Order: sequence, then structure tokens, then C-alpha cells
Amino acid sequence: MSAEDPQILVVDDEPQLQRFLGAALKSHGYRVLFAGSGGECERLAISHQPSAILLDLGLPDKDGLQVVTALRAWSDIPIIVISARGKEDDKVEALEAGANDYLTKPFGTRELIARIRVALRQRTVPQGASPILEVGDIRMDLESHLVTRAGERVHLTPNEFKLLMTLLRHPGKVLTHNQLLKEVWGVGSAQQVHSLRVCMNQLRQKLEADSARPRYLQTELGVGYRLSE
Amino acid sequence: MPMDQRPDPEELLKRVQDEEARSSRARFKVFFGAAPGVGKTYAMLAEAQRRRREGVDVLVGVVETHKRTETASLLDGLELLPRKSLPHRGVPLEEFDLEGALARRPGLILVDELAHQNAPGCQHLKRWQDVMDLLDAGIDVYTTVNVQHLESLKDVIAQITGIVVQERIPDTVLERCDEMELVDISVDELLQRLSEGKVYVPEQARYAIQRFFRRGNLLALRELALRRTAEIVDADMRRYRDSQGIQDTWAAGQRILVAITPGESSEVLIREARRMADSLGAPWMAVYVDGGSELSDAERERLESHLRLVERLGGEGIALPGHATLAEDLLALARGRNVTQIIIGRSSKPRWMERLQGSLLSEVSRQAGRVHVHVVPTESRESRYQLPLLLPSSWPGLSTLILCGLYVLAATLLGLATFRRIELADIVMIFTIPILVAAIRYGRNAALATSTLAVLALDFFFVPPRFTFTVGDVRHIGTFAILLGMGLVIGNLTERVRQQAIRAQSREQRTLALYRLGESLVQAGDQADTITSAVRAVESQFRTKVIFFLPNAGGTLEAMDDRSHPLADETSRGVAQWTFDHAQAAGQGTGVLPAAKGLFLPLKGAKGLLGVMGLQNEEGPLWQEPDQRHLLESFANQTALALERAALSAEAHATGIKAEREELRNALLSSVSHDLRTPLAGITGSATALLEDPGCLSLAERDALLGAIQDEAYRMHRLVTNLLDLTRLESGTLKLNREWLPAEEVVGSALSHLGRPGEGRDVRVEVDRPDTFLQGDGLLLEQLLINLVENALKFSPEDQPVEVRVFGTGKGASLMVSDHGPGIPPGMEERIFEKLFRGADAPSGRGAGLGLAICRGIAIAHGGQIQVSNRAQGGASFLVSLPYHGEPPRGLSEDLS
Repeated sequence: MSAEDPQILVVDDEPQLQRFLGAALKSHGYRVLFAGSGGECERLAISHQPSAILLDLGLPDKDGLQVVTALRAWSDIPIIVISARGKEDDKVEALEAGANDYLTKPFGTRELIARIRVALRQRTVPQGASPILEVGDIRMDLESHLVTRAGERVHLTPNEFKLLMTLLRHPGKVLTHNQLLKEVWGVGSAQQVHSLRVCMNQLRQKLEADSARPRYLQTELGVGYRLSE
Repeated sequence: MPMDQRPDPEELLKRVQDEEARSSRARFKVFFGAAPGVGKTYAMLAEAQRRRREGVDVLVGVVETHKRTETASLLDGLELLPRKSLPHRGVPLEEFDLEGALARRPGLILVDELAHQNAPGCQHLKRWQDVMDLLDAGIDVYTTVNVQHLESLKDVIAQITGIVVQERIPDTVLERCDEMELVDISVDELLQRLSEGKVYVPEQARYAIQRFFRRGNLLALRELALRRTAEIVDADMRRYRDSQGIQDTWAAGQRILVAITPGESSEVLIREARRMADSLGAPWMAVYVDGGSELSDAERERLESHLRLVERLGGEGIALPGHATLAEDLLALARGRNVTQIIIGRSSKPRWMERLQGSLLSEVSRQAGRVHVHVVPTESRESRYQLPLLLPSSWPGLSTLILCGLYVLAATLLGLATFRRIELADIVMIFTIPILVAAIRYGRNAALATSTLAVLALDFFFVPPRFTFTVGDVRHIGTFAILLGMGLVIGNLTERVRQQAIRAQSREQRTLALYRLGESLVQAGDQADTITSAVRAVESQFRTKVIFFLPNAGGTLEAMDDRSHPLADETSRGVAQWTFDHAQAAGQGTGVLPAAKGLFLPLKGAKGLLGVMGLQNEEGPLWQEPDQRHLLESFANQTALALERAALSAEAHATGIKAEREELRNALLSSVSHDLRTPLAGITGSATALLEDPGCLSLAERDALLGAIQDEAYRMHRLVTNLLDLTRLESGTLKLNREWLPAEEVVGSALSHLGRPGEGRDVRVEVDRPDTFLQGDGLLLEQLLINLVENALKFSPEDQPVEVRVFGTGKGASLMVSDHGPGIPPGMEERIFEKLFRGADAPSGRGAGLGLAICRGIAIAHGGQIQVSNRAQGGASFLVSLPYHGEPPRGLSEDLS
């Protein structure tokens, strides 16, 4: 392990989880830093400038959402929040406050490392950087408005096109319903979530081999969607 | 006015004895205060010092200085009686030494805190009894007492302060005192002293004391103390007047009754009665007898205000329905209540009218017997005591008049038919018949009209000159007058009977209404039913809008109604709260908050207050009539009892449910603890094997152990998740986040969360149309699917597929999960959804029997259902039907922007 290896700040007050996260991350070549509270997290984030932060939303001293907001005020360090099942609203709030991704307890090493990798890459493709967006066998040409799957042309409606484009710009990252609605329809209201669902459903029909077991367009129930690479 | 100016001999004797007793008797002085801390002890000690300087032998029997230096310094130079020590449960208690005091025989002894309760082992239970002994022994006593300790004020004090004072002294003890000194400071000063710590507050009573020392309480207590002192001083004054032969008083046991009417002058009567009662120290009552005459609104209002005035002045207001004559009614009540004095207003009617009708005064005085009757002149001319010459009667309608005309016509025809054969006098008799019939059937006014018609017909057809209204013979005028008079008299008599019948009928109706309410309340099961029944009954009986206020857990009242009742606002709730807190009616028609929008009656049950009934009437306050008010109160009481009953039965029911739930919880706990321990044992075992391995385990063995840990951990996760869901479903706190979800999304998400049990297994998915939607809470539906699929995987052979099908049915969507397992044993189709049920052939140790119970809970929470059936080709098939609420989203998303 060298100083060049990415350093992950693990913010959790449970020793068992700290131990597990520490071991899993170290075995994959990351340096690990621990904080037991929101206050400590903010201090260490400033002093050590970690590459990413794993933040448990159930901290003893502060609401996880406050920590995310505080961090986002000065930094764009990738943040992955950890939360329990059934707290989907908390996850959505954290994501919309600027967290990059989330993990639902309990999770395995594989899932953890995958999320960290996505977050570290932070490959948000800037608008206009490249006219071609790709994932797997799906290819989108922004200039000619052409979408192909395995070389075959796929016809998309304007909204489907915008939705796919938004997902392709954030590969691997979960996007909340609101975030997608804002990007595609320009508004984000709860009443329109079903339009998004209809649109996503149609997109899946057009792009996925088995739309009930999607390869790319993953559903995160109660949260949003994710383009899986 | 039969009044006795001289005291009777017995009175005189008593007075002489009293006087003797008083001069030889020891003097008893009370330092009286409104509350602790006003400085009674200080005042007493100051006075004692003065007496000592005058040379009186002063002994301090017991004085509590509560370590106040200014008070303690006043003890200087005074002899202190040592206290008696009494062992009480191992703790020595110090008490006033009565024997010691009697042996010492001082001229004056100070005994603080008259209301004190002696410790067990003393001669008397109460200290005031000690003081009585001292006085009887001829020793002067100074003592202190607070107003709240007076027995007669117990209820008032409890009402004001909310505290039931335990240490009380009989009022007679105070009445025995020769001198009473009120130690009075302003409330502000007292509060100031309290905040400066100058008031002794025992540690254990700190909370109670704080409640007690509220400004409002103190103001009320001070007023009570002042009033009580005034009364005692007044009694002194009377004693003085007695001794000076100023005859103004009567024998003890006086009771005064004043007869009132709705007239303005009755106020004078009421005040007169109060003055008389005060000077006699007698209780008094004001009585209105409802003689059956209709009251105008103004009169009713005045009557109400008279009755309120009576209550404010400390009298008892009574409204009686009349039965016999007014005088008899009044005297019956007077005898029943041992009334000794009756006050009546002087009628201002002309003398001839009184002669004609008799006057109340003469009737009452004739029948009064030993009761004294006082006449008070009243100025305004009004009186409703007598039956009026003309009882009010409704005017007959046109149809009645026509009928009366027909009777007269019939009489005329009969007369014409027999005219030549009979005398005119007989024809007159014929004409009395229609008058009689009209009087009996239609009342006085109809009788009057009929007699007028009869006179006209008689005059026109029979009295010569015939067929003119001219009367030839003056004697016939007399006949006419008799006919008219007959109509009036008979009509009046029948009218009276009729009105009595109507009154009896309305009484009957009220009884019936109460009976009906009682019946419907008995049938009402719970609180809501009771309220509904009561609302219906009261609203139909009184043509008014009813609302109930019931206390919540915190004792705050809440309106039990969301029908935008006019009394559902916050102000009215406040009035209701007052009613509840003081257990006293408030609002319109009462003396409290009369400006409120309605009337508020407390619901008094057997065990306390249940709530408040609010009534509001758009047409005006109908319930102000005393008998209506009385009926309303009866309704309120019945409702209160029914509410109490409902509360008790609800409590019993809740206890039953709780026990049942407890039982289930125990069963669940024992089952779950087993199911949690099993995977824990597996995890612990595998982990220790790995940790303590000296290097003998092969790589494959290590992987197997690690895999076991992972599997068991997953099982525990599923179990905990299920438990949490079950708790949420059963607690009733579950809030469905109902959304339209593409079926493929839910199924896809569920399959991706299958975890280890799903690895390497064949799960086939078939969604009938890509745009089939499910409606419901995404996470719960996912959970339902996971449970069903895991269950199917558990029972199917490893090489057999599990099939998931989704199909829309137009009004909903169905999920079907089918396996190739052994199927469901016949008769078990329902039981497998029960909690903690495990199939006999279930793989051992797998699952707590919660999964399917949760599936059913989720389906039901969505308004759907779940069924199981066996497939023809083997295996079981679970079908979940979820209905749609509203239309599923359709069409292209382009339209929705």
C-alpha cells in the first residue's frame, strides 16, 4: 500500500462494521481512515482530503443528511451513504443533497467494492465532451441522434432519448426519480414519477434482451434508477 | 303580619344561660388566615407578648416557628411547655402535651395550628379537641387556623384548589370563639413572601404547595376568609342585639320561601328574601310555580335571570310545574321543606278583580297554618299568580269555524222544523247544544264563536220580529247574554281541562323520550355508538344541535364531531373545558360565560366526569324553560352513565385483546428465538473452526465453512426483515406508499434480491404485457414476491424451475408463483398463511413460519388477497390478486411533460 493508493474515510460508530469495512477495503488496495461521528468525519475530511467517504446515515451525533450537506458545501469528494432497508426516503434525501451512491445493509464485499469503484471514477461525462456515449452494446451518438444496440438501430422518442442520455452520462450511479425528472422533463414533481416509470419501461423493452431481468437499466425500488455497466 | 315582637321565654332562658357561660368561660381567640404564611403565628405571639406585659400568665403550648427568626424572636421571655414525645414506629414524634398544660394551668396558653392531627397515642385525634379541653378547664386559648381547614368549606376548597384538605375542623369550633382576628395580607405580598422563602414549605409537600399557591387560588381563599370572618362578626353583632332586646330574630331552624313570577318586581322580592335570610341566618329558596300559562320570550328570559340571581345570592331557585291551585302548590312545597316564612308580593290588581278571583295572598294566608306570611309591596302592575279571566287559547282555524257554523246551522234547521210546535225557550235550549259541542271539541274561542253565531241565528230566525236582527222584546237580550256567557264559561272550563291534558301529554312525552334514550343507549355498544344515539335522541327531542366533548389521555377535551358543528370551534372548546374542570354547567342560560354560543352541560358519571355535552340552537335558546333544562340534564346524566359503561366494556375488551396479543407474542418469541439461535450456532461454529484452525483444513473445507457463515447470516437477515415487516403490518402503523409500478420492475428487483437461495436456480418470469402495472407499495410488493419465490425454491427440487407469472385483469393485477414441490396437503389451504405455521414436510429448521403470513398481510393491506392451489402437474401455485384503485397510467410519456 502506498501513499498513492486511494484513501477511504469510513464513518460508522459500529466497531464490527468498521472492522469489516476496513478489512474489505484494505484487501482491495485502499487505505482506510475511520471516524466514529459526524463531527469527526467533517474534521478528517478537511485534514486528510480522502478520495471517497463511506457514511453511515445512523450516526450518534448528527443526522447523516446534515453531514452530507455540510461536506457538499465545500467539497465534491464522492460520498456513499450506508442505510438500512425501509429507509428509502433517507437515501433519496441524501442522494439529492449530493451523495453519490448508497448501500443497503447488509451488503457484501463485491457490492461494496463495485460502488467504491464507480464513485472513484466519478466519470460524469460532461455535456458536449464527446458526441458518443456507450455502455455494453448500446451506443448513442448525440450529434446524429442515433441509438444502436449491437449495431442495430433503435428508435427512441425524444423523452426516451433524453432519459437514456442522462443515464449514460452517469454510468453506475443511482439517479433519483426527481433527478431524472428534472433532467428529462425539466420539472420534478411526485405526480410525474409514473411518466418516468412508463418511459423507463418502454426504454427497457427497446434495449434489454430480457426486460424482467434487465442487464443495464436497473431499478432501485423506492429510490430511482441506475445504469449498470 | 303575624310577628312576635318579644322573645319567647325559652329563648330568654337560653340567652341567660349563654351569657353566664360566656362570662365564666375561658376566652378563646382565633387568629384566622387565608393561607399559610400570612403571619398568624407572628400575630399570635405579638399579642401574647402584650398580654404577658399586662401581667397575664402566658404559656406557649405549641408554636411552630418553622425556623423563621422574626417569629422565633417573639418567643423570648415566654414560657415554653415541653413537648410530649411519642414513639411511633420507632420514630419519636413530638406532640402538644395536653396533660402537662392542664397540670400547669396557665392563664393563657398558645396552641398553634388548630387543625393539626395528633399522632397516634395522644388522648385526642385532633388538636382542636385538646383546645376544647383547655377551654373547658377555664384556660384562655389563642390559636391559629387557615380558612381551608373549615369543614363546611371542604368542597369549595377542593373546587378552587383541586386539593381535598385532610385536616379539617368543625365550624362549630370556630363559632365558639369569643374573638376572631383575621390576619390578612395581600396576595401579592404573600407570593412575594413565598418567593423569598419566608413561607414554610415541607419538603414532601412541595408539589402540592406549589399547586396550592397559585394566584387565583389565593385570591379565592382570601375572599373566603374575609367572608367567613364577616359572618362570624355578624353573628357577634346579632348576639349583642339579642342581649339588648332588639327583637329582630326568630327561633332557630328558620327557612324562607319567596314566591316569584317572571315579572320585574320579583327582583325586589328576591332581594328582600335574601335580606331577611341573612338577618336570620336562614337558608332560603325562591319558587316559581308554572301555572300553565304560556310565557313570552321576554318573560322566560326574566324568569331565568331571577333564578340566576337567586343562586348568586346564595338561595335555591326552584321551578315547579303547577298541579293544584297556586296557593296549594306553594304551601305543599313549604311544608315539604319545613319553610317557616313565606314572602309574597302584594298584588296591584284592582280590588274588584281580587274579590272576583280570590287573591293568592288571601288563599295562602288562609291555609298557611303556622307558616308566617310576609307581604312585600311591589310597584309594577303584574301578576300571574291567578288564573286569568281568559285562559290563553289558540284561535280556531277556518275549518273549525265552518264546522261550528254547521253545528249552528243544524240547530237552526232543527229549530225551524219544530218552530211552530215548541216554545222559543226550548229553541234556546237547542242552541246550547252546538255551543257545548264546540267547547268540548275545539276549546274556548271556538265556543265563543259558536255562541255568537248561535245568538245571531236565534235572533234572526226565531226572535220576533223574525228575519231581522232587530230585537222586539228587551227580555231576549238577557237570553242572548246568557248564551254568550255560557259559551265563555263552558269554554274556559274545557280549555283548562284541555291544557292540563296537554301538559300531562308533554310530561308523558318527556318520560317517553327519556325512556327511549335509555333504551337506545343500552343497545349502543361502544363510545361512538353511545354518542351517536345520544346525539340523535337529544337532537330530535330538543330541535337543537348537539356536540360531545370527551377528554383525551391528557385530560384535555376534544370535540367528538367533525360535522362542522357550530360549537366545534376553539372558543367553545374552551367553555367546554371550563365546564369539565369545574363540573358545572356553563354558557347560555347559566351564570357562567353566558355569552358563549351554546349551553354546556357536564356529563357526570358514577365515578366522575366523562365529558361535556354542548348544545346550540339556531332558533334561540329553547332549553331555558326550567323543565326543559331539567330534562336536558336527565339526558346528560343518562348519556354519562352510558359512556361510563362503554368505557368499562372497552377496557375489558382491550384487556382481552392484550392478553391474546401477549399470548401470540410469547409464541412468536419462543419460535423466533429458536430460529435465531440456529443460524447463530452455525455462524459461531464455523467462525471458531476457521479461527482455531492450526492449518489442517483444506481450501475446499475453508470455503464450505465460509459459505455456511454467509448462508446462515442471510437466513438471519431474512428472519429479521420478516419480523420487522410483521410488526409493521400488525401494529397498524403501516402507511402504504401506493404507486403505479411496472410489474417488470418489481419482479426484476425482487429477483435481484433473492440472494443465495436463488443462485444457480431457474426462476422463469412471464409478464403478460410489458405495460402491466402493479399498484402498491414497491418495497412491500417486492417483499411479498421474495417470500413467495423463496418459499417455492425451498419446496422445489433443485433441478426444477420456479415460475413467476404476472397478468393484468383490467381491474387489477395478479401475481402467480408456482413450484414443483409436493403441493399443499388438502385442508391446509388456509392454515399455511397462519403465523408460526410450518408445513409438516418443510425442510427441518427452515423458516419461522412467518413468510406466508407476511405475504397475506401485505396482500390484505393492499386490499387484495392470496390463495393457494395444487397444480395438476404437481406442485403448489400461489395466486395474489391486487385490485387497482383508479386507472393505471397509459399512453406515451411524450404526452406528459
